[in-house]
Amino acid sequence: MGERFRAALRPAVVVGLVGGVMALLLSLVGMVNAFAGRPIITGVLSMGHTLLFLTALVTGMIAARRVLHASRGAGRPVALPGAALAGLASGFPLAVLVLVGQVVNLRAVLQNANPVLYGLLTFGRDPGAGLPQLVLAGALVGSLGGALTLLPGRVSQAVVAGLGTMLLTGLFAELLQGILWDLGVPAATTRLFMVQKGLTVAGALVTGAAGALVQAVWASQTPKVRRRLDALPPERRRRVNVALAAVGLAIVLWLPQVLGSFLSYVLVLVGLYVLMGLGLNLEVGWAGLLDLGFVAFFAIGAYTLAILTSPETGWLALTFWQALPVAVLVALIAGVILGVPVLGIRGDYLAIATLGFGEIVRLLVGSDWLRPLTGGSQGIAHIPRPVLGNIALIGPQQIYYLVVAGCIIVWFVATRLRNSRLGRAWMAMREDEDVAQAMGINLVQTKLLAYGLGAGFAGVAGAIFAAMIGSVFPHSFQLIISINVLALIIVGGMGSIPGVFVGALFLVAMPELLREFTEYRLFMYGGLLIAMMLLRPQGLWPEPTVRLELAESEEPEVPARVTAATSPGQGD
Amino acid sequence: MALLEIIDVHAYYGHIHALKGVSLTVDEGEIVTLIGANGAGKSTTLKTISGLLRPRHGAIRLAGEDLVACRPHDIVKKGVSQVPEGRQVFTRLTVQENLEVGAFTRSDPRAIAEDLEQVYTLFPRLKERRNQVAGTLSGGEQQMLAIGRALMARPRVLLLDEPSMGLAPVLVDAIFEVIERLHREGTTILLVEQNALKALQVADRGYVLQTGQVVLADTAEHLRLNEDVRRAYLGIT
Repeated sequence: MGERFRAALRPAVVVGLVGGVMALLLSLVGMVNAFAGRPIITGVLSMGHTLLFLTALVTGMIAARRVLHASRGAGRPVALPGAALAGLASGFPLAVLVLVGQVVNLRAVLQNANPVLYGLLTFGRDPGAGLPQLVLAGALVGSLGGALTLLPGRVSQAVVAGLGTMLLTGLFAELLQGILWDLGVPAATTRLFMVQKGLTVAGALVTGAAGALVQAVWASQTPKVRRRLDALPPERRRRVNVALAAVGLAIVLWLPQVLGSFLSYVLVLVGLYVLMGLGLNLEVGWAGLLDLGFVAFFAIGAYTLAILTSPETGWLALTFWQALPVAVLVALIAGVILGVPVLGIRGDYLAIATLGFGEIVRLLVGSDWLRPLTGGSQGIAHIPRPVLGNIALIGPQQIYYLVVAGCIIVWFVATRLRNSRLGRAWMAMREDEDVAQAMGINLVQTKLLAYGLGAGFAGVAGAIFAAMIGSVFPHSFQLIISINVLALIIVGGMGSIPGVFVGALFLVAMPELLREFTEYRLFMYGGLLIAMMLLRPQGLWPEPTVRLELAESEEPEVPARVTAATSPGQGD
Repeated sequence: MALLEIIDVHAYYGHIHALKGVSLTVDEGEIVTLIGANGAGKSTTLKTISGLLRPRHGAIRLAGEDLVACRPHDIVKKGVSQVPEGRQVFTRLTVQENLEVGAFTRSDPRAIAEDLEQVYTLFPRLKERRNQVAGTLSGGEQQMLAIGRALMARPRVLLLDEPSMGLAPVLVDAIFEVIERLHREGTTILLVEQNALKALQVADRGYVLQTGQVVLADTAEHLRLNEDVRRAYLGIT
């Protein structure tokens, strides 16, 4: 008995210590400190602590799974203590840090190992009282993680949804409060649920319960509703779809009124990234042409619009609407021009070549050589705002509509392209260039169209961006934009159109809303991408065929393989 | 005049002289097979016909029209379509999408829909799995899909590159049944095969390739009885 017990608990300790090292890393890079100023539940729980608790939670979940696995089912009674043990163990590296920190001044080497961090880790007490509390909290949260693994799927999903809702509302409590006030909810009511920047305890309970309830109802009702929808005659189903789309559109159009200037600005950014994402998705997701210099086309769209409209360059001083098609066209041509030299390049080499293209464009627009045209490093200012009828689209709340219109048009075009002959040709080419060619597909034409159209989409985004900001500078078009766009289509799901929207919301809106995040943006991207590749390589909202493929491959395909492999032997 | 003529074709991979003056003809409605050992130049011959490899010297004509100057996709349009070696289907597209890509050079949707039905009649398995991703099909089904895809181009000449490679004997028989059926329906086929015995059973004529040259050309029946061929390629002593 003791033997088996020990064998089962070993993985728990290992997982716990790994989790603890992770927590240590988060603390030492300064994330815990940075997020400590952001309350989830005012006075009770900060985002900094939540970060550590989340680590313990995940540690507990993994530990429970490992214990179950290691003891082949016999460990079910040990799984929960195992998870608790793992949570406990995950607190140890942090405790050691605090203890060492009392004796040695670590700050000289590790900038963030400072009294503020120690204070956070000991909940503001002295180490003697605080550290046991820290380790105990780890054990508690770890066993919660273990419970989530052991509980039936539906229950744990509801709990996760509840915690998630609480976390999100807590994080964005300040913004939510503002929105509620604008909607006419009296401050006396909101104060029951939110104070200052976080939730009240009552607010936390209410939002958590609401999230769990919605998830539970959703999980139990969705199949039923879907079945009823499927049973409807196609005519009526279409009507339901149209009605849903209309409601969705109405909400989208109404949003800026409620959200105010800042959130509208965030949504405009999301929209611009959606435009670029749809373009890059066409190149990478469908045609399989990896492009790391996509920002070039965004820059070309923006600069073309700036040159054509700004009185500074003294060229034409066109209006936004006159210049927009030109900007898109120029970006499209630039895409084709990039395409020609890289036609014969595949895979990694293509990625490097396009990376170079992106840098070339950025350096060119900032160069002295093109200064008369692009203004060099000073860029071009005084780009006039778009005017619609006699309304000038000045702030983000107005530009928002422009972006939404752009997104709808580009989304429509992308959907059409996906199911067109050209779309098929792209996907065939992605699968195998040689075979695609042997099927009669003109590779040159097909590739250039992918580059051109993808670039055109980015050109739309660039033009709107320039008009919104009112000026363009070379440093607005850094490599990081290409990386962001690529990351968002990977996170959303390669080749998936809704995935682009989901990915943009996730990767663009989140960092904008969590300003403390900015410093750790790349760190989080890296972590997120690795986690995605390990846990959900198909993306958050994958393409139907990818889903199909994964579902099929889970089916027992083995028997067919076995017969195919063994029958030649029988024939001998 | 032969439908497909290949006259003294020389082709290279870099400096390697892969085809050293290959000449052959395929008449309308015939099955002609190319047999030979690994590296004899069988697949290379098919590649030069479909334009994926450009011959340095020699002529390739389809019904008298020169193919050497054409690009691969134009050659498909002119009526030569290929089932590539190792059944390379588009794994992440559905069965139906694969077949639609096969008809890429054509533009009449009615005729394409008709041919799609015909392919499904020929391969009922594919119809059952029309919405399945091709990568999840078994080896034999993928080979059928590759053949169906090539047929969707409504070719005047069908090039088959090792259709039996890596398949279980039962499936090899099934594939050859399909080849015979296509033959009966009047399709012109140039068949490259490792399985020389099978190939010579269905073919009208055959060519034996050795190190990039045609060393024997005769009717399939004569080749089957030829002592050298029997020893070298049929494994019969």
